Amino acid sequence: MSALLERLRRLEKQRYAAFAALAILTVVSAFLSPYFLQPQNLLNILRQVSYTGLIALGMTFVIVSGGIDLSVGSMAAFVGSLAVLALNAVAGRGWSPGAAVAAAVACALAAGLACGLANGLLVTKGRIAPFIVTLGTMALFRSLSLYLGDAGEFRSEVERFGDLGSAAPAGLPLPALVLVGLAALLSLLFSRTRYGRAVRAVGSNARVARYSAIDVDATRLWAYALNGLMVGVSAVLIAMRFNSVGTSTQGLNYELDAIAAVIIGGTAMAGGRGTVWGTVVGAITLGIINNMLNMVGISTYLQGTVKGLVIIGAVFIQRQRQQ
Amino acid sequence: MGPAMEAPLVRVRSLRKEFGGHAVLRDLDAGVARGEILGLIGENGAGKSTLVKILAGIHRPTAGTVELDGKAVVFRSPTDARRAGVSLVPQEFNLAADLTVEENVFLGSELLTARHTLDTARMRARTAALLQELGASAAPGDRIDGLSAAQKQLVEVGKALAFDARLLILDEPTTMLTRREIDRLFAVMRALRDKGMTLIYVSHKLAEVKAVCDRVLVLKDGELVHQAAIAEIDPPEMARRMVGRELREIYPPKRPADGPVVLEVRDLASPGAFSGVSFTVRQGEILGLAGLVGAGRTEIAEALMGLRPSTGTVRLGGQVLRARTAAQAVRGGLSYLSEDRQGSGVLPGFSIAENVTLVSLPAYCGPLGLVDRAREAESARGWRERFHIKAPDLSAPLESLSGGNQQKVSLAKTLDPGPRLVIVDEPTRGVDVAAKQEIYRFLAELAEKGAALLLISSELEEIVGLCHRVVVMREGRVAGERSGAEVGEQPIMYLATGTEAEVSA
Repeated sequence: MSALLERLRRLEKQRYAAFAALAILTVVSAFLSPYFLQPQNLLNILRQVSYTGLIALGMTFVIVSGGIDLSVGSMAAFVGSLAVLALNAVAGRGWSPGAAVAAAVACALAAGLACGLANGLLVTKGRIAPFIVTLGTMALFRSLSLYLGDAGEFRSEVERFGDLGSAAPAGLPLPALVLVGLAALLSLLFSRTRYGRAVRAVGSNARVARYSAIDVDATRLWAYALNGLMVGVSAVLIAMRFNSVGTSTQGLNYELDAIAAVIIGGTAMAGGRGTVWGTVVGAITLGIINNMLNMVGISTYLQGTVKGLVIIGAVFIQRQRQQ
Repeated sequence: MGPAMEAPLVRVRSLRKEFGGHAVLRDLDAGVARGEILGLIGENGAGKSTLVKILAGIHRPTAGTVELDGKAVVFRSPTDARRAGVSLVPQEFNLAADLTVEENVFLGSELLTARHTLDTARMRARTAALLQELGASAAPGDRIDGLSAAQKQLVEVGKALAFDARLLILDEPTTMLTRREIDRLFAVMRALRDKGMTLIYVSHKLAEVKAVCDRVLVLKDGELVHQAAIAEIDPPEMARRMVGRELREIYPPKRPADGPVVLEVRDLASPGAFSGVSFTVRQGEILGLAGLVGAGRTEIAEALMGLRPSTGTVRLGGQVLRARTAAQAVRGGLSYLSEDRQGSGVLPGFSIAENVTLVSLPAYCGPLGLVDRAREAESARGWRERFHIKAPDLSAPLESLSGGNQQKVSLAKTLDPGPRLVIVDEPTRGVDVAAKQEIYRFLAELAEKGAALLLISSELEEIVGLCHRVVVMREGRVAGERSGAEVGEQPIMYLATGTEAEVSA
């Protein structure tokens, strides 16, 4: 019985702190603005957080495995540009809009996966610190997309593509549905499979993992690959939303939002510990904070300040709890 | 109590320390006489480390007082304690690897010139004098990460002595040291005592306590259960006092091991570590791998496990095994308990059950890689029962267990894949006498049930007590092999050091 209580206490501390913070924030927001709880507003928040939320799902695996990926925002621009190019190329050959959309999605996923693998290979086979590798590819991916689009934007020539961007089956925005579905799948991968266990082991202590017959390099490589894949999903959804990709604007500062969501969700920056649902909660928390700042009329320029404080505060609280 | 106790340097009165309501020290009264080497012994959890940490200002007592020179003192930090002349050499090295010896010795208390810049000349000279006094071969300008374990240990001692220590506490200082290095350290300790310094020596190694200490305090469950002048107590008596009951024969009887050869190693070599290593291990046999630290023992284990590149032939059950990764070695039927539990053995943040299946996890997974957690928990329960692991909740993090129980989990992790050959590297490092005895019994049982064991240990007594045969390494080569009645501390030491002189020392 006392063992059960002990377990509940631990669970609450590790997993539900982020949920509790979100609940409090929701209540406070509801008091601050009567408009906050309107379904339309909530759906908007959900849509807004989905794009970075999807990337944050992949980022969770990277951070828990002991790494970091700063390149995700630039990668979203690069991958999105390629997707629209593929879309227009296929449509230009007189194929059906459905085929063109399928080509764009496939291109985004493949390109995202390839970019993620490139990051992962540089980290594992190249033995270069993840911070440096992804700082480099951050500059590289952005520059490539600017070059491709001459710093302008790629406009989609397929109306169906843009329609999907505002699609809302059963009243729920498409990206939010994708986010929830993939979060469920990745949560299963994270907490119930060998791979998930390996990711945590590698992040806790790579040497122990290696001595325990875990393939450390493969584990890390696939974390970056998965993250790239998630960037691909996110990038094509944003491209649909605007029916275009701005090479200088798409994905700007996404690395900040994604990393923030992971940290607010309770994942240890040092690796080894975290949850996928915590990250979803972290992303929504960030979205609500932004929403509230808008509603109470605080300058958009100050939103970065608040975000910065929240990230630092979340890590500070994590530290205190560890001691 | 001898006459020296009339004016003890340190006295603790009704000292009590609780962690989260759990009393680790219970109203302890004890004294340390001036100019003695006091042995402090007890099982894991008896309160030895807590006591010395209070003396060194790391912990603060819940109740009771510490008196130094007859005056009550309160140390708020290790710096406070150091100013009062109390220095602790911690169990684990606490040195900055990238800094030099001299920078480490004065770290945090650097000497300054009148213009508030670093007085490197004075620090260098002082460090050089300290190193000479300690007989260390390191120079003040050497970087720490280039030093051997023994040299690092001496730097730690030097660091403790840099500020006119009157009381020097050494917490398990010999764990990483070889016989020769231990003798060197003991000589240093005696020299310090003869110059009037007082020392407290915390150790699990009772023979060493007997060899170097003047008096012994035995703690059990946070209380002082016995104290004696060293002449009046021998190691078996110390062990009895520590566990509070008669210890049966600590080593289980050796069964004959005449099964077929399980492991055959031919001309194994790993550049920079060892070469020309050949040996065999039979079913049911415990083969010892002895030698000084640095002789290449652990490196052989790492090479067999695919954790270090090597050349040569390894046959397991007649089949050639070419392990390039640990996963291949495990699939082939090998398993390795690493010498460094924290650094490469287990994950303190993982649950006990997750640690048990760390190596064998593939066997608990379905085709999609989903972990069968019910089966995992069942297996962990099985090991808990078999090894008497004191853990009410197997989903609790491993760090909630004591060192001895963590070591048992580590052993369970090694055995869970069902290996045909088990390599155990320092299996009883840092565990108390009772847990040691249990671990010895498990290892003997394992051999009896048909596994082959390779035991690597720096404790010769352990090798002699358990092994059927011993391969002795010296400087990366096999120096010789001893079996049956020839398995004794003297012949092994002779092979390990290669000199007659060392044997008589």
